[in-house]
Amino acid sequence: MRNIWTIARREYNHYFISPIAYVVAFIILVTLGIYFTYIIGITTQQAMFGGGPAPEVTPINWLFVFLLVFTTPAVTMRSLSEEARTGTLELLLTAPIRDFELVIGKWLGGFLFILTILAATLIYPLVLNSLVTPGIDQQLMISSYLGVILVAASFLALGVGISAIFTNQIAAFFATFGLFFTMWFMMGLFANLVQGSGAEVFQYLNMSTHFTDNLNAGSIKVSDLVYFISLIALGLFVGTTAVETRRWR
Amino acid sequence: MIKVNGLTKDYGARRAIDNLTFDAEQGEIVGFLGPNGAGKTTTMRILTGYMPPTDGSAMVAGYDVVEESLEVRKRVGYLPETVPLYDDMTAIDYLKFMANLRRIPDPEERAFETLEGVNLAERAESYIGTFSKGMRQRVGLAQALIHRPEVLILDEPTIGLDPAQVVEMRNVIREIGKDRTVLLSTHILSEAQQICDRVLIINKGKIVTEDTPENLQSRLVGSQRVVLRVRGDSDGLSARIAKVKGVHIVEAKPDGSVEFEFGAGEDARPQVAKAVVSAGYELLELRPVGLSLEEIFLELTRDNATEMSS
Repeated sequence: MRNIWTIARREYNHYFISPIAYVVAFIILVTLGIYFTYIIGITTQQAMFGGGPAPEVTPINWLFVFLLVFTTPAVTMRSLSEEARTGTLELLLTAPIRDFELVIGKWLGGFLFILTILAATLIYPLVLNSLVTPGIDQQLMISSYLGVILVAASFLALGVGISAIFTNQIAAFFATFGLFFTMWFMMGLFANLVQGSGAEVFQYLNMSTHFTDNLNAGSIKVSDLVYFISLIALGLFVGTTAVETRRWR
Repeated sequence: MIKVNGLTKDYGARRAIDNLTFDAEQGEIVGFLGPNGAGKTTTMRILTGYMPPTDGSAMVAGYDVVEESLEVRKRVGYLPETVPLYDDMTAIDYLKFMANLRRIPDPEERAFETLEGVNLAERAESYIGTFSKGMRQRVGLAQALIHRPEVLILDEPTIGLDPAQVVEMRNVIREIGKDRTVLLSTHILSEAQQICDRVLIINKGKIVTEDTPENLQSRLVGSQRVVLRVRGDSDGLSARIAKVKGVHIVEAKPDGSVEFEFGAGEDARPQVAKAVVSAGYELLELRPVGLSLEEIFLELTRDNATEMSS
């Protein structure tokens, strides 16, 4: 556990000296900020003409996750591939730590970085809460944030796993992005193309079902939690196996 | 401390090391000498627990490198040839990170102590990316020493250093080697000669020979070779020398000098000198040409060289 924390802390600190991490944080926070301003504007207008639905944090969190599809590959692309390329992996693999501790540490570092960005967006529900009487739907907000956290954790685990396979970070980026794009946008299309149980499988694999339709709509179901936890486990398993495989080459 | 038995490693169809067997005791500095691609790095990577061997076994500090890899890694300090470091960390932060991975109780203090040990304390807060090759090498060495390991494995520790740094690095290694086991690789023979208690010559994945640098020299030379030169005409000189008792090989060089050999322990030089002078030659030079480690090395690895040139 301590080894995981040592690796995670270095990884987390590293993001704060990495230009890519700042670009990612900038893109996410600026986009969300503009969108939030727009939502406030619309709501204010609707309020003047007799009122509309009360504003919620869910569209902002949806946009956050949408941006994660494009940005997390950039966050994770170098995590293990860069260590392999520069040779620093050799010192980590000859230090007294287990391969899975290294992979989990890398994942945790990236996860904490995304959580830091997410923490900065907590200002939005606070502002909304003060604007609306009697306040926004607390349960919906918790479910929505849980969804964002689970999506981020899954993306980072898969990204770190893929990064462990590659030595070139650009290759890692595109492989990761391709996977996320497929999971987020393509699975729904596949589900519409086929019939019967095949459609159900694609529908289950479709990440937007689990996030957009369930968690971000206020419903916390065991099947959704199992889906995300499976993805995290899969990513970390792939990463650990890829690191072990490097030893045999 | 290090016990290697029948160690073999294949990369696909290529055999990198072939049935290596050797050992190293505590307080011994063992040099791994061989041309590039001989299998030195592969052997070191197996001993540090980085990769498993294809066949054979290795024990380091009493633990099996495959079965008890973590125990081995706790007790070994390793400096890879490329000295991989994080350029975006300061020296002190990097060493603190490595100390934490090694579970050292007071990482900050130990990191600073170790930096002092390699004479880098005044650059503790500088980023490693700004360091010269020699300084990087010292940070790499500090990283290998931070947990006070029983066994130190150094891959080409003096490569790329300037002459003053090489001397300094060798002194540091000699100091460490007093109470710990050091295995270092090098392709510089004089280096092996200067710092190692024992030298293993490795070529094409096999140990060619193993001995102390001194024994290696005398054992392989076996006899003494001497060059003799006279003023003016040297006709019949080699025939005259060949008659002297104990002289084996006589070789007349195109420049008029003559080289001859005699068995170790029976110095034939006075007899040869007398014979040459009494025959009327004016003796200018009588000089032993000891076979240097360089020549021994080339001799032993000649197969490889011919293969490369053909």
